[in-house]
Amino acid sequence: MDIIKFDKLTKYYGEVKGCENIDFAVKEGEIMGFIGPNGAGKSTTIRTMLSLIYPTSGSVSIFGKDAIEFGPEVREEIGYLPSEIFYYDKMKVIDLLKYSATFYDKECDEKIIYLAEIMELDLNRKIQDLSYGNKKKVGIVQGLLHSPKLIILDEPTSGLDPLMQQKFFNLIREENKNGATVLFSSHILSEVQQLCDRVAIIKNGEIISIQEIKSLREDTYKKFILKGTKIDKSKFVIDGITKLEQTDHKVSFLFRGDINEIIKIAATFKLTDISIEEPTLEEIFMHYYE
Amino acid sequence: MNIYKFELKMLIKSIIIWGSSISFGLLLYMAFFPLIMVDNDAMLDLLSSYPEEFLAFFGMNADLSFTSIMGYFGVTISFIYIPLAIQASLYGVSILSVEEREYTADFLLTKPISRKQIFMSKFLAAFTALTIINVLVWIFSFVSLLSFNGGMTIDYAGAIILLSSIVLLQLFFLTVGLLISVLVRKVTSVIGYSMGLGFGLYILSSFGKMLSIGFIQALTPYTHFDPVTILVDRTYNWGYFLINIIVIIISFSLGYFLYQKRNIKAL
Repeated sequence: MDIIKFDKLTKYYGEVKGCENIDFAVKEGEIMGFIGPNGAGKSTTIRTMLSLIYPTSGSVSIFGKDAIEFGPEVREEIGYLPSEIFYYDKMKVIDLLKYSATFYDKECDEKIIYLAEIMELDLNRKIQDLSYGNKKKVGIVQGLLHSPKLIILDEPTSGLDPLMQQKFFNLIREENKNGATVLFSSHILSEVQQLCDRVAIIKNGEIISIQEIKSLREDTYKKFILKGTKIDKSKFVIDGITKLEQTDHKVSFLFRGDINEIIKIAATFKLTDISIEEPTLEEIFMHYYE
Repeated sequence: MNIYKFELKMLIKSIIIWGSSISFGLLLYMAFFPLIMVDNDAMLDLLSSYPEEFLAFFGMNADLSFTSIMGYFGVTISFIYIPLAIQASLYGVSILSVEEREYTADFLLTKPISRKQIFMSKFLAAFTALTIINVLVWIFSFVSLLSFNGGMTIDYAGAIILLSSIVLLQLFFLTVGLLISVLVRKVTSVIGYSMGLGFGLYILSSFGKMLSIGFIQALTPYTHFDPVTILVDRTYNWGYFLINIIVIIISFSLGYFLYQKRNIKAL
């Protein structure tokens, strides 16, 4: 079953394009990455799902219901962590969380304590006295306290130290195991790589590719680094080569295809060193943006 | 209901400050009446030496002298109108826009509630706060009328008719403030808008009265419910009354409608 289904979703702010023709689905129980540089349209897409903004055309349905028309009903089961966290400054953390809980027909007190313990969040401090990272934690607890069926994370990790980030990821995995579907927006690939099953790549407001994380890496891309004094870069200009770069005595590139071809060309030079690596996701990913 | 309670709680401090200032101001102003009465003749001479337009500018009326208790009370209320209007505008302009200005909209609007519920809860919370102030004005009006009347007869019916207008004055500024806040892309200065609205219309009303320009007078609730006129006539000007009600209904409905359609943008 599709938990989220975008149907040609388009949003223009006057003349400015927010996103266009977003058309993909997120399946139940999946952790879907949503990746693209800043300003690519991630937040626009997400804000439409929450009816914070309204689409120019197209639609998005969540749990099989139109996200705008059935907004309040659909949002019962959504936990949302916005990218920038701001709360009523003068409130105590616990009061804010309790206020948040009053919107749901569920008993949330235990979960609040549980989440706060894991995230090491002091419930009795005033929100205005919290650091950015601690505010982020409030956001996380606030987003998860009603055990939602769909968790939407918009750049959730900024401000969290690596240890907290791991704890947070574990929390998300745990929620996912308990049946929650996750949409994880980020511009940092390594995060998505750690957590997600699939990833939708957005550029200039349009989805340019949807890939399994596994296949994205196994797509037989190899990263070659050749060292030697007289390597002729131009010999490597063949099909399947990307990101060809030369510095002093080093040539590096990504290659997808029959590696024997590369070996043949490489054999014509006198090399001092050669390494063939799995490229990082960042490297694979960059070619979508060139 | 939870939003209503929450919003009202957020307003408590504001209610205390506005409530005590307005009550104190009203009481203080009225406390001077016995002194003015003592020099009744001198005051009458002084006032009669001013041109009628000048007196009109300050809301005084030749038919109900400033030196009678009800005339004095009317002028007092016409001054009390100003903070009442500014407070109502302030709530109107800020209650919805505060969420966007302080970026809490991402919290509140993503909860499982409709924009309609948010609008109504916030409107009712603000209206409750204003009603508390309204009740205080009623109480302190009668307290001061009874305490500082200098032995003159109090026109209770007139006072009740006059004080009944406060709720409409408040609703006017509250709903117009709300409408402004959803019409503009982003409210940068709540104080600016609300002072502009509260004071601007007061000055407009004063000029309207001074120059007797009907068109201008029809625009502002300060003239719709001019206290001294109400006390003289012992009824409302029903034409103005109607205009006021129509503005309230239109501002409220349009504000309500536009808020449903509003795009809440990210930072």
